[in-house]
Amino acid sequence: MKEFLLIIRGGHDESEHRSPEEMQKHMQHWQRWMSGLAEEGKFVGGQPLKSEGKTIVEGGSRVIDRPLAEGKELVGGYLLIHADSLEDATNISKDCPGFEYNCSVEVREISPM
Amino acid sequence: MENNDNIDATLNHLFRQESGKMVAVLIKIFGTENIEIAEDVVQDALVSALETWKFRGMPDNPKAWLYRVARNRAIDIIRRKKHSKTIDFSDPKKQLLTSEYTLKTTMEDFWEENQVQDDFLGMMYSCCHPDISQENQITFILKVLCGFSTKEVAKSFLTSEDTISKRLYRTKEYFRKHKIRPEIPSQSAINQRTSSVLSAIYLMFNEGYNSTHTNQLIRKDLIRQAILLCQSLLSSEQTQLPEVYALMALMCFHSARLDSRVTAEGSIILLSAQDRSKWDHELIHSGQDYLNKASFGSTLTTYHLEAAIAYQHCCAECYENTNWNKILEYYNVLLNIADDPIVFLNKCLVILELQGPKEALLALEGIKKNKLLEKYYLYHATLGEIHLRLSNHSLSLAHYDKAIRLTQSKSEKRFLKDKISSYK
Repeated sequence: MKEFLLIIRGGHDESEHRSPEEMQKHMQHWQRWMSGLAEEGKFVGGQPLKSEGKTIVEGGSRVIDRPLAEGKELVGGYLLIHADSLEDATNISKDCPGFEYNCSVEVREISPM
Repeated sequence: MENNDNIDATLNHLFRQESGKMVAVLIKIFGTENIEIAEDVVQDALVSALETWKFRGMPDNPKAWLYRVARNRAIDIIRRKKHSKTIDFSDPKKQLLTSEYTLKTTMEDFWEENQVQDDFLGMMYSCCHPDISQENQITFILKVLCGFSTKEVAKSFLTSEDTISKRLYRTKEYFRKHKIRPEIPSQSAINQRTSSVLSAIYLMFNEGYNSTHTNQLIRKDLIRQAILLCQSLLSSEQTQLPEVYALMALMCFHSARLDSRVTAEGSIILLSAQDRSKWDHELIHSGQDYLNKASFGSTLTTYHLEAAIAYQHCCAECYENTNWNKILEYYNVLLNIADDPIVFLNKCLVILELQGPKEALLALEGIKKNKLLEKYYLYHATLGEIHLRLSNHSLSLAHYDKAIRLTQSKSEKRFLKDKISSYK
């Protein structure tokens, strides 16, 4: 099994317009999906991220008080999973609950160096 | 101030009822290698309830409040320790506790009501593992599942807090070493495993019921907890076994007579002299219900027979109306199931009632020189009574003397001394 990073982008704006009940339902969906992965031994780890941050640029000499990307491009969270191939990992990602909030998911294999 | 007393009383009650369940769920979350963490979380929830309620008044649903605080505290601990090796997150369900995507919802699932009940029962079965000595089982149950403090457990066993701490430590070590996972045993093992759970409960009950204790509060607490534990077995379908109903019936019949057994000054009142109108008839009635439910299937345990005997006493309107023949019959069946010298001794007491001292003495010949009985005060007290009735005063006196030396209970000592002084 190979290891993949799923980079989940967007979703912050959407989540601001949802009621607590809707949020709870959404989180239950995350739990269902992730427990499926965990049961199959495919879940390694992953966390949602806050939208605030800092970006360091120009060879480390300049610090920007926010992430470079905004809105749909902003990384909202990541998951590390096990999958057989890039195709497999992509198929798994199609069920990501983030799509309910108009997220995009980028699938990248961890590279040996 | 009255309000504060009210808070204390509610919390005390809630703690006895709920802390065991909370600890059981938390042990499932943190693992049996982290029982201390589970206990600390519950303790913290209690302290914070006490502080908060005294300032802001009691919440509408104190139980839900307590559970929520424990749940949030557990979330804090997981956030702090998710990368340490203290907690084993390898189980798929627990793995989800390590991600913020799923931490809260997974935590909620752990506290779902049915789940809580199952975890509590699972913990009870784990505590009563045959490899753990019965003494340690009960110590652990009282501390971890019944919300007793170490001091209270020590009082229950009339021993030092140091001894109790050692017992608790050994049991925790056992859990740690064998990586015990609390669960209700499978159908094939449930009967055998339930029998050790029941004997722990019955022992706990007797610890409170027998008069070794002068402290009435502790005694009643033990009895109440034993009944609560038995009730929780009966609330789950898997563990609604005939023997569980039988023990429940037995404890009902016994506790129905609890208050009439001693005078206000703590002296013992014999069955023949007890004021039967003081017996708790509601409790006797519940006992009957349980005994009826215990009679499904073909299981016949010692609890069934002991309950049947206790019922005969409860349903006799006065001592003279006791159906001793029926009781003798039950004793004979009981002795067929369990060849126990103490049961045999009790049977001899029935013979004494039915056939008189000569026959009783003859029957007692059958268990003469039994090592266990030689050290049992009731054996000597019985012989004292028999010889008294046969007018063998010196023999009677010798046995009563021995009985006095053997019992730990002050009220029993006093009772026996009074007995002697009446004919000395």
